[in-house]
Amino acid sequence: MAIEKMISHIKFSLFSPEMVRKLSAEKLLVPDTYNEDGYPIDGGLVDQRLGVIDPGLRCKTCGGRMRSCPGHFGHIELVRPVIHPEFSRVIYVLLKSTCQHCHHILVKKRQRSVVKKKVKKGEVVPGAADLGIITSKEEAVKALESADEAEAPILGSVPLKDAEKVKKVAICAKCDKPQAIVSFVKPSAFYLGKKQLLPSDVRDWLADIPNEELQELGFDPVYARPEWAIITALLVPPVTVRPSITLETGDRSEDDLTHKLVDIMRINQRLEANINAGAPQLIIEDLWELLQYHVTTYFNNETANIPPARHRSGRPLKTLSQRLKGKEGRFRYNLSGKRVNFSARTVISPDPNISINEVGVPMMVAEEMTIPINVTDWNIEACKKLILSEDYPKALYVLRTDGKRAKVTEKTKQEISDNLTSGSIIERQLCDGDTVLFNRQPSLHRISIMRHKVRVMPGKSFRLNLVVTPPYNADFDGDEMNLHVPQTDEARVEAELLMSVEGQVISPRHGHAIIKPQEDFVSGAYFMTRDATEFTREQACQLLAIANITNLPEPDRGQKYSGRLLFSELLPKDLNLKIKSKLGEVIEIKNGLLLKGSLEARAYENELIEKIFHMHGDQAVRTFLDSSTRMCIFGVTLHGFSVDVSNYTIGEESVKKMEAVASKARKEVDGLVMQFKNKTLERLPGRSLRETLEEKIMAILSRARDASGQIIEKDLGMDNNAIIMAKIGARGSILNAIQMSAMVGQQAVRGKRLTRGYGSRPLLHFKKKSLGADAHGFVSSCFKIGLTPQEFFFHSMGGRESLVNTAIRTARSGYMQRRLINALQDMVVQSDRSVRDSRGVLIQYTFGGDGADPKEVGASRQALEKVGEELEPDD
Amino acid sequence: MLGEKKHIDHFLVPLHEILPKEEAEKVMVFYKSPLTAFPKINDSDPIVKQIGAQVGDMIKITRKDATCENVYYRVVYEK
Ligand SMILES: [Mg+2]
Ligand SMILES: [Zn+2]
Ligand SMILES: [Zn+2]
Repeated sequence: MAIEKMISHIKFSLFSPEMVRKLSAEKLLVPDTYNEDGYPIDGGLVDQRLGVIDPGLRCKTCGGRMRSCPGHFGHIELVRPVIHPEFSRVIYVLLKSTCQHCHHILVKKRQRSVVKKKVKKGEVVPGAADLGIITSKEEAVKALESADEAEAPILGSVPLKDAEKVKKVAICAKCDKPQAIVSFVKPSAFYLGKKQLLPSDVRDWLADIPNEELQELGFDPVYARPEWAIITALLVPPVTVRPSITLETGDRSEDDLTHKLVDIMRINQRLEANINAGAPQLIIEDLWELLQYHVTTYFNNETANIPPARHRSGRPLKTLSQRLKGKEGRFRYNLSGKRVNFSARTVISPDPNISINEVGVPMMVAEEMTIPINVTDWNIEACKKLILSEDYPKALYVLRTDGKRAKVTEKTKQEISDNLTSGSIIERQLCDGDTVLFNRQPSLHRISIMRHKVRVMPGKSFRLNLVVTPPYNADFDGDEMNLHVPQTDEARVEAELLMSVEGQVISPRHGHAIIKPQEDFVSGAYFMTRDATEFTREQACQLLAIANITNLPEPDRGQKYSGRLLFSELLPKDLNLKIKSKLGEVIEIKNGLLLKGSLEARAYENELIEKIFHMHGDQAVRTFLDSSTRMCIFGVTLHGFSVDVSNYTIGEESVKKMEAVASKARKEVDGLVMQFKNKTLERLPGRSLRETLEEKIMAILSRARDASGQIIEKDLGMDNNAIIMAKIGARGSILNAIQMSAMVGQQAVRGKRLTRGYGSRPLLHFKKKSLGADAHGFVSSCFKIGLTPQEFFFHSMGGRESLVNTAIRTARSGYMQRRLINALQDMVVQSDRSVRDSRGVLIQYTFGGDGADPKEVGASRQALEKVGEELEPDD
Repeated sequence: MLGEKKHIDHFLVPLHEILPKEEAEKVMVFYKSPLTAFPKINDSDPIVKQIGAQVGDMIKITRKDATCENVYYRVVYEK
């Protein structure tokens, strides 16, 4: 969206009582809604002149029916004025800055002329956001300063907040009368000295301030006379704004606003009756205050210092402010975010047996959602069959050529089917193969919404292949996802061409696979392609069959089949690849035959998938992903692959070695501390002596952990499933194994050893000012055996920091990304390869400076490799 | 201080050239855009002062990136 025109300012104004009366379709007199017959009472709160919400009735103001009548405002004449609570601060400022006797502005003459000149020159523009009081910040500061030295307020240029700080002038310059202190008690009470000002007094006072002086105060008297902030005629919104709902029992349930308005009218009537009967002033003032309460809560039922008005059930009423404010308010709930039709949402669960471009849709959802089908001479028989169908693939609605919509029911279906003509549209239930969009929030990148094909299934959850899990960042611990059904051919084609899962295998961000097998699939691939892996003929047949391969190759190991041979059946015949694996061996593929090496995460997830994508395209990579993952899982299942405590148990000898490592580290630290205390420690360049010590200690302790890592790796060895997974990149790391079976290691906060706590020591279990390893968070125990209480506490300190950091990082980077996206959202790569925004303004002459699409760039390796090179000065 | 040193000599500052009027015309035709649609550069920019470009001139910038060399055009505006 290009910004063609800018809003220079918005002017808010107050309604005068005359304006309210002019706007009003009717003066409301009866504090009630419907009579016994359920008919709207004349002059009541749902009077038919305020609009109609019942079908069949006509509006008495405009003659329109339910939908055509927009609704009309009414008004209530309050017998006694009431302060508008949302404006009480403005009123307070005005009362403070005008004389309580002559109602002229309280300013020294000299300063007034300054302000007057400013108004004339247009430097102080009356009327704007803050109810007329506007200014630049600089002006406000200047005004405040000068006010201070002269002890007088200049309000015209002081924003409301600061105006209150300005000292009060003791004597009016105009009438020479002393001023009592005006005070304000939230939400709407004003006092002059000790005497309370009645709203009518306030109104008279404000009405007396001359227009010119209001201008000096920053008001625009044409649009906002301050006395209009005291309500004498209360505007009543149309019934369309506060519709009543009819319950199943037939009872009517009124909107909260209507309830509130009834309250206001009741009290208003009682007040009137009491005044007319000549009741004592005390009773009248009590009722008046009650009226004020009801009006206040009508505007905002969360006003500070007053109890919220409640429903009979005890639920606080939702009045005007509550309708708009906050997350559930009109703006954030209904305007910024809307609900859409043709969408479904439910919990997701995994299904490795469906293709990556499919989504398992529960029957319940498929029966509810529809797709419009154009009836033609060629499909009319099929359409009739859908209409007449008894069960699942059914047509639910028919849109006839005359534009009328007919629901297909048991009674009507025969007739509808008989009268079906080409050119109509039938809406049939969702079927296998239909195009849908699948989405998981937060939708942070374009691959958070992809096109899937429907696969209708029993059960109540959406099913998705585990391989599409990474782009959605989905897991199955209760995650829910949304599904949208495109309704037009154009939308479907666009989704199929641009958003299909198989087309998104390579991420547009870094050019590597993002739809990729993980965890057990990688373990499976490694297991399948290990030297030792062999299968019998029967197993080989099963493995190939599960991968949809019907051709059994010649056995390569006598009677048996190597895992590599079977895996090779999945590879394209023209695939050649020679890479070094994470395990240090060479993986070689020649003409689609895996000759040597075992697959690990990088080779499988990236190299193979990317290569197949670039060589043979999306469908090839889809079938490869589908069948290879199934084969890998089946293969590893035949063998069995699991982890238990024994995988993290080291031998006695290693335990001893570990103890030696820990005590050696401790000793070294103690030695350093000694050196530090004797001042024999050599200072590192740019460091203080203390910093040198810390640095050296950290080095020793991390060396200790590295040493234990080697012991662990040696002890547990490559036939340990936990270590295998860590090494091939399937799950976990060597560090996890170290921490579980040998030593948790040094804990750190802000990259330093733990120091905070009881001043001279982190915990009082240690000597004061101790610098030793144990006193500052060195955890030599492992998780399997358990931590000492002190170690546990230190570990929690370190753990807390990383927890806080992730929380802060996600929040901050999320907002940062949102701002970037908003700034860049309408930039498009044009056909001349330039990048422009929607106004046609050039941003880049070639996309990215090199016109490279990261998704395709992998195809030509050289380009990719060059990207990594560092920028160096050339001479 | 650094006043004597020419900015243009720094390796991070790519080559800036003033485009002759006819050349600039060609660029505008190629991109089918008026001068106002082109990216801007202030006349107060050190490199603009250095090469002596005037307000309204189009500057051609030749950048060497990690992947390849590319050209960029900017129009001088008064600050
Ligand atoms: Mg989850
Ligand atoms: Zn009407
Ligand atoms: Zn006075």
